[in-house]
Amino acid sequence: MNPIKEVTSVLTPLGRSNVDTDQIIPKQFLKRIERTGFGKYLFYHWRFNDDGSEKADFVLNKPAFKGSEILVARDNFGCGSSREHAPWALGDYGFRVIIAMSFADIFYNNCLKNGILAIKLEEAEIEELLAAGKDKPLEVTVSLEKETIETAEGKVYSFAVDPYRRQMLLNGWDEIALTLQLEDKITEYEQANV
Amino acid sequence: MGKTIIEKIWEKHVVHREEGKPDLLYIDLHLVHEVTSPQAFEGLRLNGRKVRRPDLTFATMDHNVPTRLNEAVVDPISEKQMSTLEKNCLEFEVPLAGMGHPDQGIVHVIGPELGLTQPGKTIVCGDSHTSTHGALGALAFGIGTSEVEHVLSTQTLWQSKPKTMQVQVNGELGHGVTAKDLILAIIAKYGINVGTGHVMEYTGEAIRNLSMEERMTVCNMSIEAGARAGLISPDETTFDYLRGREHVPSGEAYDQLVEEWKQLATDPDAVYDTVIKIEASEIEPFVTWGTNPAMGIGIGATIPRPEDAANESEKAEIEQALDYMGLNGGMSMTDVDIQYVFIGSCTNSRIEDLRSAAAVLKGRKVSAGVNAIVVPGSRTVKAQAEQEGLDQIFLEAGFEWRETGCSMCLAMNSDQVPAGKRCASTSNRNFEGRQGNGSRTHLVSPAMAAAAAVEGRFVDVRSFMKEEVHA
Repeated sequence: MNPIKEVTSVLTPLGRSNVDTDQIIPKQFLKRIERTGFGKYLFYHWRFNDDGSEKADFVLNKPAFKGSEILVARDNFGCGSSREHAPWALGDYGFRVIIAMSFADIFYNNCLKNGILAIKLEEAEIEELLAAGKDKPLEVTVSLEKETIETAEGKVYSFAVDPYRRQMLLNGWDEIALTLQLEDKITEYEQANV
Repeated sequence: MGKTIIEKIWEKHVVHREEGKPDLLYIDLHLVHEVTSPQAFEGLRLNGRKVRRPDLTFATMDHNVPTRLNEAVVDPISEKQMSTLEKNCLEFEVPLAGMGHPDQGIVHVIGPELGLTQPGKTIVCGDSHTSTHGALGALAFGIGTSEVEHVLSTQTLWQSKPKTMQVQVNGELGHGVTAKDLILAIIAKYGINVGTGHVMEYTGEAIRNLSMEERMTVCNMSIEAGARAGLISPDETTFDYLRGREHVPSGEAYDQLVEEWKQLATDPDAVYDTVIKIEASEIEPFVTWGTNPAMGIGIGATIPRPEDAANESEKAEIEQALDYMGLNGGMSMTDVDIQYVFIGSCTNSRIEDLRSAAAVLKGRKVSAGVNAIVVPGSRTVKAQAEQEGLDQIFLEAGFEWRETGCSMCLAMNSDQVPAGKRCASTSNRNFEGRQGNGSRTHLVSPAMAAAAAVEGRFVDVRSFMKEEVHA
């Protein structure tokens, strides 16, 4: 997993609540057996017409937001299916940070395993970022070390990520390798209980 | 102070606890299917790791499988996913109920059916509806593929301790009102993220009176309320259900297990972090009108109008949903025509579900122009239904009688609802495009789906039952 420390990018204002993983990556694209290559299917039915052409009014298709690495949405982002294809698609497309008022639990965990930083902000802060970034692109710097989001004009938003997640993301650690260091404890548990 | 069943199971499974970290939790049962596992097995291979406990792992195929007899898997990519699972199970020595195996079926149907699911176990699967297994008093939750790989390799998971929520269901469900209506009513009342960060325990008289399969329907949809898991403290219903199943011991050994399981129930003086309540007797047969499972109403109610919304963002959500669904605020659900009916999915494809739909369909016909299919939850359910003659009732009514699988719930195979068409579905999600691009899903119980098939529109199934009483 790639470490994530600081990301500077224009933010993409996706002002929706309850964005479910079926929308993030529709089921017809879950059949691949690789972790890569899902980015082109991200938000497929919101992004593309039936003939494959882009829907011009969808935010990801607006030229101002091309190359953006930060997505902003409202409440309960990533609800529904546990499919990790959702963060794979977001990451493969180029998003490294998702900012929302809240996240569904499984999606939130899946982000952590894929080096995507999911940040929770208050409703008023989200509304401010969405409003500021709606008409003209708003560039911000997200620092996981400082736990801040800073706009080009110097406005600073603070966020908190629990220390474990922060360490994992900053270092890009392989969680399985870390757990296997505790193999003796697992064996001990199995001998006593299983 | 007493403990909830959630805390009891959690504490018993902590392998390692350290300040500033989630708990390392032991996993008793890991269920695997073809869609969320290939990348996990590939990860093991790349790192030279093995499956730590194949004996605590069990795989089946359900998401992608065709449901027409002798249909070759049309899609070569689906086929590849299925053959990859076969190869992985062989290489890593994981037991597999694959195509053609008598135990094959929807992973959340076969777990309880085989007795793999048991009270007090921690159970995971790369599927959000793993919460189903909580019906038997297990702590069961869905995980992503990286976590699947972690469990395969270590038989553990790092998990932060959940908050506990009591969902208190008081009173009795009325005649003709089912477990599906109950869970849809709970989600409609409290919203699709009321459970975020929590494990829900369903309690109360109405829950105690549910059969084991009805409890599975309730727990199955805990995730649609945003909960990490949902469960019910085990009782005699649970113990009777499990007795004699393939993966539970028999005789005295079973009785001994039951004594242990009895200790799991939440203590009377336990305190939950959150409590929500609902009155069972007030619930009507339910239908969803919108694009998430909380957008549902009783069959006698009218579809909400955007102008009645509490705030601007709710108004926008209602407008978006009505637009997608091709409906208007203020309409009555009984004026909504349907073209498709799907009876199946991990929510409602068990034998009692099929019996309940068949009871409505007996001696009746599917309305002209309605495509109706039944997809049993497992090969075992299918065989049982055929033994009872339910397949004949469905076929005579004009339903298609299919092979088992997830089918039209998520429409990964060829079972799809075309764009703009409306489906009365016993599944669990009515998200945009869930049953096919542009499809319109209305979640209902099996009896309500059967009644809708007969009328070609939504109808209060209780009116069918009244006719029978008078006859």
